[in-house]
Amino acid sequence: MIGAFRIPGAGRFKQAKTARFSFDGQSYAGIEGDTLASALLANGVHLVGRSFKYHRPRGILSAGAEEPNALVEIKRDAARKTPNVRATVQELYDGLDAQSQNRWPSLSFDVSAVNDFASPLFSAGFYYKTFMWPKAAWKSLYEPKIRAAAGLGVSPDQPDPDHYSSRYAHCEVLVLGGGAAGIAAALAAAETGVRVILADEQAEFGGSLRFESGAKIEGQDGFAWAQGAVAKLAAMGNVRVLSRTTAFGYYAQNFVGLVERVSDHLKAPGHDLARERLWQVRAKRVVLASGAIERHMVFADNDRPGIMLAGAARTYLNHYGVAVGKNVGVYTANDSAYAAAIDLKKAGVDVAAIVDLRDNPTGPVIDEARALGIEVNFGRAVIRAGGKLRVSSMTVQPKNGDGERTIPVDAILMSAGWTPSVHLFSQSRGKVAFNDETKRFVPGTYAQDCVSVGACNGTDGLSATVDEAYAAGAKAAKDAGAKTAKGTKPKVDASESWSRGMLGAAPGAGPDTTVKAFVDFQNDVTAKDIRQAVHEGMRSIEHVKRFTTNGMATDQGKTSNMHGLAIAAETLGKPIPEVGLTTFRAPYTPVTFGAIVSHARGPLFDPTRKTAIHPWAEAQGAVFEDVGQWKRAWYFPKAGEDMHAAVDRECVAVRKTAGLFDASTLGKIEVVGPDAAKFMELLYTNPWEKLEPGRCRYGIMLREDGFIYDDGVVGRLAPDRFHVTTTTGGAPRVMNHMEDYLQTEFPHLNVWLTSITEQWAVIAVQGPSARKIIEPLVEGIDMSDEGLPHMSVREGNICGVPTRLFRMSFTGERGFEVNVPADYGQAVWEALWAEGQKHGAAAYGTEAMHVLRAEKGYIIVGQDTDGTVTPNDAGLDWAVGKKKTDFVGIRGLTRPDLVAKGRKQLVGLKTKDPKVVLEEGAQIVENPKQAIPMKMIGHVTSSYWSENCGRSIALALVAGGRDRMGDTLYVPMPHGVIEVEVTGMVFFDETGGRLNG
Amino acid sequence: MLLIRCPYCEEERPELEFRNAGEAHIARSANMAGESDDDFEKFFFIRSNPKGIIYERWRHMHGCARFFNAVRDTVTDKFVMTYKAGEPKPSKLPKNSNEVVAK
Repeated sequence: MIGAFRIPGAGRFKQAKTARFSFDGQSYAGIEGDTLASALLANGVHLVGRSFKYHRPRGILSAGAEEPNALVEIKRDAARKTPNVRATVQELYDGLDAQSQNRWPSLSFDVSAVNDFASPLFSAGFYYKTFMWPKAAWKSLYEPKIRAAAGLGVSPDQPDPDHYSSRYAHCEVLVLGGGAAGIAAALAAAETGVRVILADEQAEFGGSLRFESGAKIEGQDGFAWAQGAVAKLAAMGNVRVLSRTTAFGYYAQNFVGLVERVSDHLKAPGHDLARERLWQVRAKRVVLASGAIERHMVFADNDRPGIMLAGAARTYLNHYGVAVGKNVGVYTANDSAYAAAIDLKKAGVDVAAIVDLRDNPTGPVIDEARALGIEVNFGRAVIRAGGKLRVSSMTVQPKNGDGERTIPVDAILMSAGWTPSVHLFSQSRGKVAFNDETKRFVPGTYAQDCVSVGACNGTDGLSATVDEAYAAGAKAAKDAGAKTAKGTKPKVDASESWSRGMLGAAPGAGPDTTVKAFVDFQNDVTAKDIRQAVHEGMRSIEHVKRFTTNGMATDQGKTSNMHGLAIAAETLGKPIPEVGLTTFRAPYTPVTFGAIVSHARGPLFDPTRKTAIHPWAEAQGAVFEDVGQWKRAWYFPKAGEDMHAAVDRECVAVRKTAGLFDASTLGKIEVVGPDAAKFMELLYTNPWEKLEPGRCRYGIMLREDGFIYDDGVVGRLAPDRFHVTTTTGGAPRVMNHMEDYLQTEFPHLNVWLTSITEQWAVIAVQGPSARKIIEPLVEGIDMSDEGLPHMSVREGNICGVPTRLFRMSFTGERGFEVNVPADYGQAVWEALWAEGQKHGAAAYGTEAMHVLRAEKGYIIVGQDTDGTVTPNDAGLDWAVGKKKTDFVGIRGLTRPDLVAKGRKQLVGLKTKDPKVVLEEGAQIVENPKQAIPMKMIGHVTSSYWSENCGRSIALALVAGGRDRMGDTLYVPMPHGVIEVEVTGMVFFDETGGRLNG
Repeated sequence: MLLIRCPYCEEERPELEFRNAGEAHIARSANMAGESDDDFEKFFFIRSNPKGIIYERWRHMHGCARFFNAVRDTVTDKFVMTYKAGEPKPSKLPKNSNEVVAK
């Protein structure tokens, strides 16, 4: 036998292989098929963790996903450390390495356990009350100390080396939960031939059949039937069976998120196997068969290791063959715990006593327990548990308060009843209804095309469950379009049945005692905390929840919410349905970021866009910057150059001879059609009707509110054809803006819009030698100043390929922008580069481009404007057609605030010390000696060192800026105040003669 | 994730293909420049924020790229119906929204 507490003949793993594992460095043996929890229990280990707040010793409460206590760290290697893994869910594999959490120096001796004695400090709402002042202590003391002391697991400190996969799936019927109900529903649906997906969070299907030793279906043990039925389903072509798969979120229109644990249970998964797989399923109908979760009893010290749910103890015995103790006590308020006592007794475990809170219950399980010689006590409560690292006794008292009696035990199995798992139903926006007789919230009003069956629907008993589920599965398939049904319902031969139970605190848990009777184990919330929250004025259950943190841990209150609600209701003196239930939110159980992110990380997080000329720039050693999704060459450092030196050299080269610049990322939109000019008139502030084909104009686009939205040079290729350029980042939204107006406001206009950003590679050649570089390669275009004046465009050929050749300048120099089909971009660039080399031209990047344009006072929308800047503010009033009767933004421009005096206007700034370069974003004041907070009258929008000017230059938005020419203003910085002079925006070649130079 | 029926494609497609474009049936004046401050305020700034039925614009961004109108219930998030841009605001809404969406 593997483990001292493994019972010969019990459990389902008769021929199992041994799996070695370690817990806190100690080596143990389990068997394949165990969970970490069952393997620990088989070795008599109950103490597995320390609690969140009070650092109390904690054991294993459950045998499933609802586990609040047994959270451990699983370590595969330095990078693969997963905190807060539920030991009840983690399957054992040979070599598994688990560590307990939230303890120092060791699990059995934890220094922070003093918190348990200091608990008055940590009562409900302590975060809100204790650490209010002094303010400074937040940063230095509270925040770091609390952060260090609180919390359970430790986050891994290395990137996740595992990979995750993601799939979409569609089906007619999605069945969530693979117990008797889910299997019956899936069988009924699958037999009609429609597509069915059946998912269950456990490694094996069967749900409660794992422990219900009394269940018989189709002449077999219930669990064995489940395995056969699922094997049959898995063999059907129209069925997908997913084990280890948790439905964590139910979203709109039957869209359900599931996460499949693909390899966490394997010894050595290998890198070709994903760790988890996210399933996004769209189902015509959903069958919810999520079962029910057992509640604990709320009594003093009910968190001692060894105290667990009765159903869990039964699972450990009947499924894993593990006895959770040698001499157990049972504390219950419903029948189901009797079955646990009976099974354990039959397996040879001593059952010291059953303590039943009910006065005179009757039923076959009670009779059977008595017949087995188990002591049964009615109308009594367990008022406290003894022991610390392990429960050692239970103290029993009649409800009327007569004498106490202490019974030695090494485990207490408890059951306050079963809570239907309505999590997914509630997430689907269904409304639950409270059944006062059974004290349960069950599905009431449905919001989506789904149906609940079995225990999650409040249906008691296996027979009724299978009947209901089979009928629901058949109906779901029919409603989803199934034509035929030809199956037979599984026959239930024997079943167990129970319901009822109690909610809230049991006697002895208060109301006024200082005992710790835990409601929420994971967040250390006691019955007293909830009463206190009500006494301190919380009325809404949502407030009680946030004040006490009840139900806010990673288990989301699966065992605690109903108890917390009942205690709050009792204290408020209101019926439970009037107090209401807190909202169930996704995820049902924690989901890793890896599963959600899947492949969308690193380079696959967002598409990377590269221009046709990118490989050339890369080969030249360019440094790139991200501009939206684009990679743009930032600067081209030569050997030994830093960024500053490279940018200075590039800037000087452009003005001295010429520079080549990859402008391909500029947004480009072709506006075509008989009404193209009319459309342009409406979308841009400028006049377009009279612009002659072959000429260009700088256009400004506004929103209706009158603020600058985008800008760019527009070339008119023909009466009905405009080549529009936009900012690099603005291209998609400008296209959307244009389409919006064309489709919805101006649909009468006969115009087509085409995004041509990626069709054309754009090579800017700028500088005095620009024409000489281009001319030898061009065919069919007159390159003279008369033939191709500034702000014009011609179509012809360059290097034998078609070009739209623009004469335009973003540098203030004689400039051209050569548009060629993107496929030829690099070839044409290389040809131009070769010509350029004859004249000493340089390649320049976006940084030099920024400096050069700032030297000329050309704005960049989004840098020098911020969505509150009008053309007038930016000194661009000349670009607004004064005779126009309509364009987008025309009315906005006359809004009172937009014509008011004192608006912020774009101006130039020169620092008094020419060597000082201002910081972009720095604030500007009139008087640096005024008291803090100072009145800020503007800020720096662009600032550079200009090698061509031999000084720093800056642009700024300043209130009433154009009336301040020559004034001295101040830029206060941490290391002193910088004096600046307000100037015009043009710092270089103010007359603009170089455009034709 | 919602399924949205594009009235141009005549197909239900996942929400990811669409982009919301604000409230519908707010017409731009034919005499924009002559609008009073109050009328401009109503046109540009004021939007309804109903609990219940809202008329809004959507664009089938990653599909046919058309703008269209939709009636959605802000409480249930359900689309009651969709219709083409330029069509009048429906005077009657269908009773069972699910049926409409499915058609």
